[in-house]
Amino acid sequence: MKNKLKVLRAERDWTQADLANYLEVSRQTINAIEKGKFDPSLPLAFKAARLFKMTIEEIFQDEA
Amino acid sequence: MSEIKRGNVDNNSNELNWQGKTKQNINRVKMWTLAWVISMALANFGPKFLWNQLESLTIAAITLNFLLGVGMIYANKIYIQNMDEMQKEIHLNSMAWTLGVGLIVGLSYSNLDVTNVISGPAQISHLILVMGVTNLIAIFVGSRRYK
Repeated sequence: MKNKLKVLRAERDWTQADLANYLEVSRQTINAIEKGKFDPSLPLAFKAARLFKMTIEEIFQDEA
Repeated sequence: MSEIKRGNVDNNSNELNWQGKTKQNINRVKMWTLAWVISMALANFGPKFLWNQLESLTIAAITLNFLLGVGMIYANKIYIQNMDEMQKEIHLNSMAWTLGVGLIVGLSYSNLDVTNVISGPAQISHLILVMGVTNLIAIFVGSRRYK
């Protein structure tokens, strides 16, 4: 699954640790999600969507 | 959300944030584990070196070791509950490997003992060592997968 987390984070000048703080996950998890190595659960995707005031589809895209 | 929460304390509520809670939980697990290990040594070596095989003290030491073990399990439970979803997945996989390897190796080891293939009696400490090493390797491999 592709996502725009890195771009959205960069636009706000946030570090991975900052985003991790907001989403209440570890920095390693943010890194894995950004690299597409770990797919977040629906609740975490909703949390990210609320944080960036976007829809889930605008942040996460299915690669299939 | 105008201000980013930094450090371990959420400035808005003065409560520990997720990272702070995780650190607190890790420290709690460390303390309970240390206490359990010390009580294990006390229960094992106390009868011989400290109280000359006095049975009441031996039972008290074993009971203390057991109760601290229960506390350690509870601390671990809280720690795992507070993990994020990726950490939970890594630990679930590592625990599955640990349980599987522990069961298979343990029973094979027992068979070797029962059939007298190995000279001495099977030691439970060997099995715990194998399970501990398996858990460490599985967590390491699981963490590497997501880097």
